[in-house]
Amino acid sequence: MSGKMVEIRWHARGGQGAKTAAMFLAEAVLTKGKYGQGFPEYGPERRGAPMRGFTRISDAPIRRHCMIENPGIVIVLDSSLLDSPAAGVTAGTAAGTVFLVNTTDAPAAVSKKLGVKGAKVHTVDATGIALETIGRPIPNMPMVGALLAVDDMLSLDELKGALVEQLSSKFSQVVIDGNLAAIDRANKELVSA
Amino acid sequence: MEQKLVALSGNEAVAYAFKQARPHVAAAFPITPQTEMMHKYAEFVANGESTTEMILVESEHSAMSAAIGSAAAGARTFTATSSAGFALMWEVVYIAASLRLPICMAMVNRALSGNINIHCDHSDSMGGRDAGWIHLFSENAQESYDNGIMAWRIAEHMDVRLPVMVNYDGFIISHTADALYMLPDDAAWKFIGKYNPAYTLLNPEKPITVGPLDLTDYYFEHKTSQLAAYEKAPAIIQQVSDEFADLTGRRYGFAEEYKLDDADMVMVLLGSSAGTCKDVIDEYREKGVKVGLLKLRTFRPFPAAYLAKVLAGRKAVCILDRSASFGGQGGPLYTETRSAMYGLQVPVHGYIYGLGGRDFDLKQAASVIENLKKVAAGGEIADINLLGVRL
Amino acid sequence: MSMISTKDLHEGGIIREAGNSATYKTGDWRTFVPKFVEENCIHCMFCWIYCPDTAIEIDASGPKPLMKGIVLDHCKGCGICAHECPPAKKGKAALVMVREEK
Repeated sequence: MSGKMVEIRWHARGGQGAKTAAMFLAEAVLTKGKYGQGFPEYGPERRGAPMRGFTRISDAPIRRHCMIENPGIVIVLDSSLLDSPAAGVTAGTAAGTVFLVNTTDAPAAVSKKLGVKGAKVHTVDATGIALETIGRPIPNMPMVGALLAVDDMLSLDELKGALVEQLSSKFSQVVIDGNLAAIDRANKELVSA
Repeated sequence: MEQKLVALSGNEAVAYAFKQARPHVAAAFPITPQTEMMHKYAEFVANGESTTEMILVESEHSAMSAAIGSAAAGARTFTATSSAGFALMWEVVYIAASLRLPICMAMVNRALSGNINIHCDHSDSMGGRDAGWIHLFSENAQESYDNGIMAWRIAEHMDVRLPVMVNYDGFIISHTADALYMLPDDAAWKFIGKYNPAYTLLNPEKPITVGPLDLTDYYFEHKTSQLAAYEKAPAIIQQVSDEFADLTGRRYGFAEEYKLDDADMVMVLLGSSAGTCKDVIDEYREKGVKVGLLKLRTFRPFPAAYLAKVLAGRKAVCILDRSASFGGQGGPLYTETRSAMYGLQVPVHGYIYGLGGRDFDLKQAASVIENLKKVAAGGEIADINLLGVRL
Repeated sequence: MSMISTKDLHEGGIIREAGNSATYKTGDWRTFVPKFVEENCIHCMFCWIYCPDTAIEIDASGPKPLMKGIVLDHCKGCGICAHECPPAKKGKAALVMVREEK
């Protein structure tokens, strides 16, 4: 394995768009000359069921096809998962792991709940932003916007360009504009410890 | 050749590859994890990007039967399935090969029941390993796409005329967005070319009989004639792969040899776990451990002579099967490879891993290399070992 | 009968020579054989229709088909033709079954 590889693990509930975001990000980084790999873990396909998604981003082609055990970045789309040991939000994490949590709580409170020493915790009210911009509680795209505030894998403009390209064939301009606004707001409103 | 870098799931990649062959007919029945592949194909047809006649049948037995009828009529034909779907095709899978019909099939590898499981292992295609199809295995979306292009040339070659199964791991490849290079439509079409059937069932000027009763007087001769095709197929597979390499820069053969030149220890396996092993092999190589990987691409025809040549003189070889052979001797890849190695005096042992989609991770790959080191140093290990399971 | 070797077979067991059953002689084991009495024949074609094989030879070149006789290469002596043959000429049928002389 040559070059730098970022491994992201997504924790969400079915219906929050984590699968879409995990796979979309893998595609979006191609424009930057990077390689991406994105996949969800398929379990019970029920709305609200805890699920995990995975994204790898690398300068070199990605060869491994296993789940991510030691993520560099953990993105939590539903804060109730922090209270669920079965969800395994902190599994395989260590000092230096970046946590990005969709919550109205402050990073300090989330840090305490996570209990991972030396973890870098950031929070954003992605659900609130999604409700105000998109009109639905789908926090996936705002979380991607927030991610770019902590990692420079893509610029905000590159992300938005990729989003427009992907959504334009399926969604109305209103939905696209809502998502773009959500990305911008979450990127700015991210709170760091 | 300028190729486009895209991110697609394995299912989408194979759907594109098949579309680029401009097949006349597709007959399929949905089954997870193959469904998404046919969704994508149905989208092409609905959007007018493909003129393929899609036959939506009521079962996989019907899907393969329709594919056989279509191919016998002289149409370029494909189908796709997984797991229990393939099991339901069973009877007619043999007929496709016996009639020498160049059908291509996307085989999205999934465990067979029971208990019911939708995730990857190779027990589905392995059950049909003696049915007469060519089995190509793919490591990632790129190889699934590439095999999906080359399959047509191999299947339809006049010296081969056999159905080809493009295997790729369910979910691990089929549902993972992966970066791959795709050929432009016209370049892919130029490579694959127009299909010229050897005969057609629907020519009233030249009527023929397909599938007659074949008893003690001729069945054996017909099977002997079929056996000869597998003798000819390897050369054609290599020839098509070489032409593909000239076009794309991506080189294929019967197997990929990864860091094998000076390797004392070799892992032999199929499919997506190869990439995970490569990353771990690199780590061991940095520590000076001479370990390499042989990732088989053509499971059928089984390249026994090639394997014997490549594996000769190694200090330890292990074979990893993503399927069990109940009551048999290790998994199918183990049995065949060990048989190919008869007389080599190379210590060989096997693993069964990843059943029902159990994640094959970096730690498992590392534990396999640790065991290889032990065996290479004269240590003992069981013939067949289970990997990544709670005992 | 000469048997074809593997190397001369069509791949896939396909039979490319259409209508080759005509060359396969199956009528060599009868007890009774139909005897064609031409003067009693009204050329109704019942025998041709009912024959389960291809044992009735007809001449279809004219405006009306004519019964010509029995092709013994394919006749198994089942007697269906004689059973169906109408006794139209003075109560006499054109096909009658007789013990075959071996």
